[in-house]
Amino acid sequence: MTDTIQNFSDTFMQQPVGALQPFRSAALENLKQYGIPGNKHEEWKYTRINALFQQPLALGTTSALTKADLQAYRLPDAENAIELFFINGIFQTDFSYQGNVITVMPLEAAQTSSFAHIVETHLGHSSKYHPDGINALNGAFVHNGVFMHVAAGKQVEQPVYIYYINDSRTEATLALPRTLLYVGASASIQVAEQHITIGNETSFSNQVTEVIVERDALVNFYIIQQDGFNANQVCTTHFRQIGKAVTNATTISLSGGLIRNNLNMVMEAEHGEAHMFGLYLLDGKTQVDNHTIVDNAMPHCFSNELYKGIMDGESTGVFNGKIFVRKDAQKTNAYQSNKNILLSDNASANTKPQLEILADDVKCSHGCTIGKLDEEAMFYLRARGIGEKTAQALLLHAFAIDILDNIKIPALRAYVDQLISKRLDFNF
Amino acid sequence: MLKIEHLKAAIEDKQILKGINLEIKAGEVHAIMGPNGSGKSTLASVLAGRDYYEVNGGSVSFEGKNLLEMSPEERAREGVFLAFQYPVEIPGVSTTNFIKTAVNEIRKHRGIEPLDAVGFLKMMKEKMKVVNIDQSLLSRSMNEGFSGGEKKRNEIFQMAMLEPKLAILDETDSGLDIDALRIVANGVNTYRNAGNAFLIVTHYQRLLDYIVPDFVHVLYNGRIVKSGTKELAKELEEKGYDFIRNEFAETEEA
Repeated sequence: MTDTIQNFSDTFMQQPVGALQPFRSAALENLKQYGIPGNKHEEWKYTRINALFQQPLALGTTSALTKADLQAYRLPDAENAIELFFINGIFQTDFSYQGNVITVMPLEAAQTSSFAHIVETHLGHSSKYHPDGINALNGAFVHNGVFMHVAAGKQVEQPVYIYYINDSRTEATLALPRTLLYVGASASIQVAEQHITIGNETSFSNQVTEVIVERDALVNFYIIQQDGFNANQVCTTHFRQIGKAVTNATTISLSGGLIRNNLNMVMEAEHGEAHMFGLYLLDGKTQVDNHTIVDNAMPHCFSNELYKGIMDGESTGVFNGKIFVRKDAQKTNAYQSNKNILLSDNASANTKPQLEILADDVKCSHGCTIGKLDEEAMFYLRARGIGEKTAQALLLHAFAIDILDNIKIPALRAYVDQLISKRLDFNF
Repeated sequence: MLKIEHLKAAIEDKQILKGINLEIKAGEVHAIMGPNGSGKSTLASVLAGRDYYEVNGGSVSFEGKNLLEMSPEERAREGVFLAFQYPVEIPGVSTTNFIKTAVNEIRKHRGIEPLDAVGFLKMMKEKMKVVNIDQSLLSRSMNEGFSGGEKKRNEIFQMAMLEPKLAILDETDSGLDIDALRIVANGVNTYRNAGNAFLIVTHYQRLLDYIVPDFVHVLYNGRIVKSGTKELAKELEEKGYDFIRNEFAETEEA
């Protein structure tokens, strides 16, 4: 174990976290056993996460940032949203939503509340899918996370905006935000995450979000990553459908340093449905590694996955999509597609579908492409008088647009479209 | 308007155009006919600036300017229009947006104010009538899921919107039923005037029943081997391309 982690271990085990202590201790044991993965680890070979631990990192330090400082980073129509703020991985109770449309409370408090059994049952489920030191690191030092509960039947009309902010103005910072969201039967909710680093020192956010979804519930989940080159991230988002439910996740990665997204859909009930969309629009030296898992444990589930990447500069896009179909999961429908456009000779794309199918009556398909912009289409546009740069912007925007169409919050969709259009120099 | 002299073009090592000479004046409609593989579509593509052909001889001037030095977009802005043989499907780009962008790029080049939404819509409505194209088609992605006939009508619609000086129609008639053929021809005839010109590339004579050309040229083995009036097209239709093949077999040897 690195010195950095040993230091955390010494200081953080002193903290009073009450009922979470056994959970942390178990995770710490895992961390010691697995260690931080190096590039020989099959799941991490493109993402050299261990390099980030070569320097001292301050874990979860208190920040002087005020709510006013964060104004510029708020998502559109924020006044009407349920807003939650994390700074350096610490949930900011004072800044965050105080109402009662949904229940929001620190994770520690949830463990001694009437929701204790939910925390007990579900916290840490993602670690089954990520037997590595990164997931364990979050669990080992979990502190000041958040618990959210949506009551059965509740249709949450306003979006939930969660801001994960790292303050790296004075020192290299490690944040370990932890979120547990429980969505009751027949409820519906839309969640958007915004990831922001303020400051120029190295920032590393190793986040775990676990979402438990009961029968007939609907969850739309959006992740927006638009951070500086110094900002690194492992963003694990783990959905567990314990009843027949619909979960949709859209991940938009526009900038950052090293970004690893783990997105899991665990389908534990018949007739579950999951959609996973991703857009990564990269330049500079940004690297985005999207690892997805769809685990079909029960029959008649449907999942569809479409990830699109545009890489310029020296950027790298990685897609690794696993689909498990277990023995009993007959009549599974699982589709997967990954499409990449390389705009520069120094950009690269790696794509790997991984299907493990143990049932015999299923429909599964996967496909991936890596290429340049369609030359026929470029010529067609230019032959109509549209200049090369404009033509390229038009085609790239068109390539990206069907991912954006999955953002069902109109103001948020417009906001992301604006970010993308600005990046592509697209203005029509 | 257009002057082609000794134009030669190759793709990889294969010489396709072997010295084309052709002059088109304002107000004229020229038809280029010829069997498959004679180089008709290559000529159309080279004029529009498609870069996978290597021009390795000759010159092309358009209104006194060297056309071959221009990028495809510059040619379009100068007033050259190519109606594609295989119009490209572009998912995610609405037909209306595409055409509006093109219209305004060309207007900008000509020093005319860009059209606002209202002005553009008005212009569109007028031109839509000519090619009998439906509004619902134009709100869809460019050519996506269009039938063959719809794609070709969309090409002629774009021509009407962009108001080129020289329109090159590359086998616009291929795959069209008789109704679609009439609509396409009507679009061309409506737009035809003393100030513009057409180069119609076709394999068959039937389009020329509706768009009457001033001149007909036969392209064979990379050269124009015969030129005449519309009567030449009729002769070709009657005798087939074999009579050209027989007559000019020796050029193939050379």
